[in-house]
Amino acid sequence: MRAAKFKTFLSCRRVNLRTKVLSYEPAAISAVLIGLIILITFTLGCTQKEAPKEDSGVKNKEASHVKSEPAYGDAIIEGSIGDASNLIPELASDSASHEIADLVYGGLVRYNKDLITEGVLAESWDVSDGGLVITFHLRKDVSWHDGKPFTADDVMYTYKVMIDPKTPTAYGGDFLQVKKAEVLDKYTFRVTYKKPFAPGLISWSIGILPSHLLMGKDITKSSLARNPIGTGSYKFKEWKTGEKIVLESNHNYFEGRPYIDRFIYRIIPDSATMFLELKAGGIDWMGLAPFQYKRQTENAKIKKNFNKFKYLSFSYTYLGFNLLDPRFKDKRVRQAISYAINKQEIIDGVLLGLGVIATGPYKPDMWAYNPDVKKYEFSTDKAKELLNEAGWKNTDKDGILEKNGKKFEFTILTNQGNEEREKSAQIIQRRLKDAGISVKIRIVEWSAFLKEFIRTRKFEAIILGWNIPPDPDLFDVWHSSKTGPDELNHVTFKNAEVDRLLVKGRGTFDQEERKKCYFRIQEIFAEEQPYVFLYVPDALPIVNARFKNINPAPAGISYNFIKWYVPKNEQKYVELTQ
Amino acid sequence: MMIPLVIGITLISFIVIHLAPGEPTDLQTQFNPKASSLAKQRLREIYGLDKPLHVQYVNWVKRLFLLDFGRSFSPDNRKVIDKIRERIPITISINVLSLIIIFCVAIPIGVLSARFQYSLFDKLTTVFVFVGFAIPTFWLALLLMIFFGVNLGWLPISGLHSMDYHELSFVGQFIDLAKHLIMPLFVSAFGDLAGLSRYARSNMLEVIRQDFIIAARSKGLAESTVIGKHALRNALLPVITILGFSVPGLIGGSVIFETIFAIPGMGQLFYMSVMARDYPLIMGILVIGAVLTMVGNLIADILYAVADPRIRYG
Repeated sequence: MRAAKFKTFLSCRRVNLRTKVLSYEPAAISAVLIGLIILITFTLGCTQKEAPKEDSGVKNKEASHVKSEPAYGDAIIEGSIGDASNLIPELASDSASHEIADLVYGGLVRYNKDLITEGVLAESWDVSDGGLVITFHLRKDVSWHDGKPFTADDVMYTYKVMIDPKTPTAYGGDFLQVKKAEVLDKYTFRVTYKKPFAPGLISWSIGILPSHLLMGKDITKSSLARNPIGTGSYKFKEWKTGEKIVLESNHNYFEGRPYIDRFIYRIIPDSATMFLELKAGGIDWMGLAPFQYKRQTENAKIKKNFNKFKYLSFSYTYLGFNLLDPRFKDKRVRQAISYAINKQEIIDGVLLGLGVIATGPYKPDMWAYNPDVKKYEFSTDKAKELLNEAGWKNTDKDGILEKNGKKFEFTILTNQGNEEREKSAQIIQRRLKDAGISVKIRIVEWSAFLKEFIRTRKFEAIILGWNIPPDPDLFDVWHSSKTGPDELNHVTFKNAEVDRLLVKGRGTFDQEERKKCYFRIQEIFAEEQPYVFLYVPDALPIVNARFKNINPAPAGISYNFIKWYVPKNEQKYVELTQ
Repeated sequence: MMIPLVIGITLISFIVIHLAPGEPTDLQTQFNPKASSLAKQRLREIYGLDKPLHVQYVNWVKRLFLLDFGRSFSPDNRKVIDKIRERIPITISINVLSLIIIFCVAIPIGVLSARFQYSLFDKLTTVFVFVGFAIPTFWLALLLMIFFGVNLGWLPISGLHSMDYHELSFVGQFIDLAKHLIMPLFVSAFGDLAGLSRYARSNMLEVIRQDFIIAARSKGLAESTVIGKHALRNALLPVITILGFSVPGLIGGSVIFETIFAIPGMGQLFYMSVMARDYPLIMGILVIGAVLTMVGNLIADILYAVADPRIRYG
């Protein structure tokens, strides 16, 4: 996606939501606008070397303001390429809506800065009956922005909305696994699942809705879509369509009053304009594209006024094969192509080095990531060897391999508007030519791409990306039962062992047990290469230097947004914040 | 005559937009690991997309007769008419202002270039308007933003209001808005100067060669009277045609400059609705556009009758 500079600023909980939100939304939006998606994560691998440098930059600056005490006040203006669509998070699938809704609403649980589940509206929870039953004990000191108390009835209402067939939500799936939901008392809520379902716990990070305002009404026509009332750290103030959304800090927030009084989400659809606004002081926070990070923000003035951050984003890009195609059914062919592609070269060329090589569907700073899987070091010779073994020979000496009289030619499809994917395709085209495979590239508008090629499986190879949810369950993308026209296993990967491990992995709450499942799955992926996993790009946010206490973590930077502050003497929007 | 035309236009638009691959539900559900195909089927039913195309069209027309444009398919599910209504004033204002600027600048340029054909003024303005015609809008806009917005800091870069707009006095608000509009208006007008000024010039050249101008001059009328009164009136007749064509353009807006200047106008709305396959919104904008085109033509016809004594209807 990189399209949107939907940066993240979301806390872990928000990260979780975003992953539910269109994995592909980036791509969808990129079809509209060019840019980079910026989700934020901490990168352990290649970025660690640089991180200390930037950290020290921050510290020096803070050292010069010895008296930079936390203070209330000021406003932060974040730039966004897209406007929100609906501020009821259940009904929206774009990241802008979720970013706002995550500040206004709260879930029962969320991911903390290290991507571990922690309570928000739920003080604690018990998992019993071998994972079948989850009992949430709710906080008793929470009230809605309109002053009404928050109770288990609100959770029950939200659950009912999620499973109501009339609710146009994309996130109902996890809740349909629930067999029974009960309100035990005012502050206790219990769900019973049909089978133990590990991703079920974090599904309760969905924003809880106020039943006293919605009960008995048609949620799709509710005024809350544009005037949300939640339990979150910020209260909704105004929304000028296509221009800005303004939130005010919730002084009664149960985790403490946020330091920054006002959050303004400014919509600037063009990324070049947004960057100029940043330089001119019109916005305080945005996500940078790699060329902006590397080339346009290296001057002294920007370094003095802004802090840049760098993390691994929650997404990866891959080259996927249509495994129904007889040529790609042969594992050796897929491995050969993986050898023939120089992934580091793609990262250097397309992302200017701002990313790491992906080895599977997770990123290196997650607990589910297996660092010891088979790696495919770039080697054209090995690729040729494997192709020869598979029966592909260059018999007519034209540089292209043949088998049974047919040349090895295929087309890589990708969606329009995503420059990174287009460039990656070109680099791959060149490398595969060296290995004796002739590649054509075709770029198709997003909707047409989905409908004409993905759904019908009329593709040979594709370059696309997935978001990486903090919960490692990937049942919907890799299980052999998910190969239907509208389902997500569009490469038609079928592997009995992976099927078994996916079911086992989502059926247990024991993290060590799950880890074993997902480690093994990654080994199988590395061996089978159903995708050539290409790269995990970096998220590159930049924030005005007057904001202090921004501490990168695996979840990004915004998990502690309510603790960010501007020292009294540096506050900029003083008149705004009565 | 107008009603069958509107129906024809809507029918063709309706079919074309549905023929384009992709559906609104794709963007909400496709590639969302948590969106089951069941959820997708539900969405199709909610939007009525499971019915045959002609049924969808008839339903849509029925509602249109009640002036109901339906609700947007995007997740906000707002009424189409509300979405258009909140964006149309700004687009119309900007386009009217820019049209006024274009006419005020282009017609004098055209007339004077014709009057002093091949003079230095003629050559300079020719170069000027063609430079404007040739410069890509987005490039000019970015250069202006860098110069006036970042380097000099005189003008705001994008948007329509400052963040403290509500705290300003009435005069302050007016100045704030005016400052935000300077660059967008200049950029949008600059590119369109060439067409109209060249048009005015060639019309004028044609008119001043005609016999009645020679007659007027031979009567001993002052040159300014000849040009300003006798020639200009005739030369401007075709401009009315252009004015008629401009009316539908008033609500169209421009995707490019609205995107660059972050102005929430109709161009962006239409573009986004097409990309999202938001059928009711697309159709709503198209109907309004079609009606305005016809109204524009009607106004132009009436103005002709007023301006040109040779034309009489009935």
